[in-house]
Amino acid sequence: MRIAPVALIAKRELISYFTTPIAYVFLTIFLALNGVFGFYLGNFIARDQADLDAFFQFHPWLYLVLIPALSMRLWAEERRSGSLELLLTLPVSTAECVLGKFLAAWSFTLLALAGTLPMWVTVNYLGQPDNGAIAAAYVGSFLLAGAILAVGCCLSAVTKNQVVAFIATAVVCLAVMLLGFHVVIDTIEGMLPSMLVDVITTQSFFMHFNSIRRGVVSGPDLLFFLTTIVFWLYANVVVIEYKKSD
Amino acid sequence: MAGLSFAVGRGEVLGLLGPNGAGKSTTMKIIAGFLAPSAGTVHVGDVDMSRQPIIAKRQIGYLAEGAPAYQEMTTLGFLRFVAAARGLKGAHIDRAVRRMVELIHLEQVIHQTIETLSKGFRRRVGLAQALLHDAPILILDEPTDGLDPNQKYEVRSLIRDMAADKAIVLSTHLLEEVDALCTRALVVAAGRIVADGTPLALRARSRWHNAVTMIVEGEAAETLRPHLNAQFGDQRVEIQPTSLEVTATPVPAMAITVFAAPDELGKGLSPQHVAEALQSMGRNQGWRTLGLYVDPGRLDDVFRDLTIRAQERT
Repeated sequence: MRIAPVALIAKRELISYFTTPIAYVFLTIFLALNGVFGFYLGNFIARDQADLDAFFQFHPWLYLVLIPALSMRLWAEERRSGSLELLLTLPVSTAECVLGKFLAAWSFTLLALAGTLPMWVTVNYLGQPDNGAIAAAYVGSFLLAGAILAVGCCLSAVTKNQVVAFIATAVVCLAVMLLGFHVVIDTIEGMLPSMLVDVITTQSFFMHFNSIRRGVVSGPDLLFFLTTIVFWLYANVVVIEYKKSD
Repeated sequence: MAGLSFAVGRGEVLGLLGPNGAGKSTTMKIIAGFLAPSAGTVHVGDVDMSRQPIIAKRQIGYLAEGAPAYQEMTTLGFLRFVAAARGLKGAHIDRAVRRMVELIHLEQVIHQTIETLSKGFRRRVGLAQALLHDAPILILDEPTDGLDPNQKYEVRSLIRDMAADKAIVLSTHLLEEVDALCTRALVVAAGRIVADGTPLALRARSRWHNAVTMIVEGEAAETLRPHLNAQFGDQRVEIQPTSLEVTATPVPAMAITVFAAPDELGKGLSPQHVAEALQSMGRNQGWRTLGLYVDPGRLDDVFRDLTIRAQERT
């Protein structure tokens, strides 16, 4: 894996967000929904607490809708327009292309997250929040976005249709998210051996994000998100190699 | 595709011909490293594409079918991106892009996004990205598709000028392009090679090769069919009504064609002998000869014959 081609592809992809309306639409909706969820649904004012918990608790659901919208075009559009053939006949490997595109999209979500920093500043103005916990929640949110994005990248390579890629990513991520909910755990507990139930439930994005959101970026949570990203990006490479002739 | 094996050397322009679905584009995708063959290998010089794809791809300039590109990018941005991806750096990128813009005449669209370009310009941008890094090997899938006659002429001249020190493989549906550009033609049908030779050698496989045709005014030639059959053999003579449209009123005429198989050239059926015999016959009959020519052979005839036969076999 070489850094220069990865950086080149990431740069091209990132610039393409801003030469099309994608970046502006995404950033506007992301920031607007953050405000709506945090202030109204999360009762930020009524809670009278100097933290951003009301704001971060909705991130999984926000990402479930917005990240697939960001990832759906990554490979589906390359396949539909035929530019995949151009890209993969340049002297770059498929893995470098996958990583470059993923990093472009992930850094774009970082930019979107950076757009919420005024809220952190505001909380500090209004009270004395636990800034360590808020920083951890930002890290968790960024990792969660990366994991959903990695799933989206892979599923975007499965189809030439962006809408199909969007729906598939949203559904798969919803399923993985729900694995941490009691209603799911209770349902599968009676059906599967307890060891398997443990393995399945520890795959929940929601559970690991919540664990970090509480203020501790623990090794297992970090490892979970990073291995999830690596796994889905590897699957992305395999899918491209398998589907490119279609 | 099966058993498709060939080598192209420096200085060669190989034309890949075949009906739609014959496997031309698939062959090019495999050579360019986009698709991996289920069996067999592609060697770019000493480099095995499957083992060292990055090194192999560096030596190839590839124009894919339809000249795909990133539609939202400007021509300049796109060419700079491809140049960087092909390993050029800094001033070399600027120089390579400038050279291509001048060579392919992209000056007027350099700041336009590719989605706004005409089909001809898109094709030219595709060609520019394939030539940017001055690769020793060019794989061009229908390089003149969508170009107007002047642009076709320019692109063909460009390819001809580069041909001496490159190995070029191009696919085309235009048989005239084979004559204009290719030093060698490979006809592919149903995934197999059905002919491999120079355009001249391919023409020689046509039944029209060395056929002598004399066009005479009026319709009297038909009356001499028995005589012509007796002299040249009835399988070898064809008399067709034709007309010359040099004036507002077409002049009725007959085209007498005498076909000669290659092995019969020494038996008094050489084009020269046949032409002289026909001329002499015309003089004796008092015909007015409107034309006399020897056919070099017809590529479309050979193409049709080879490909239909191959399709019938499968």
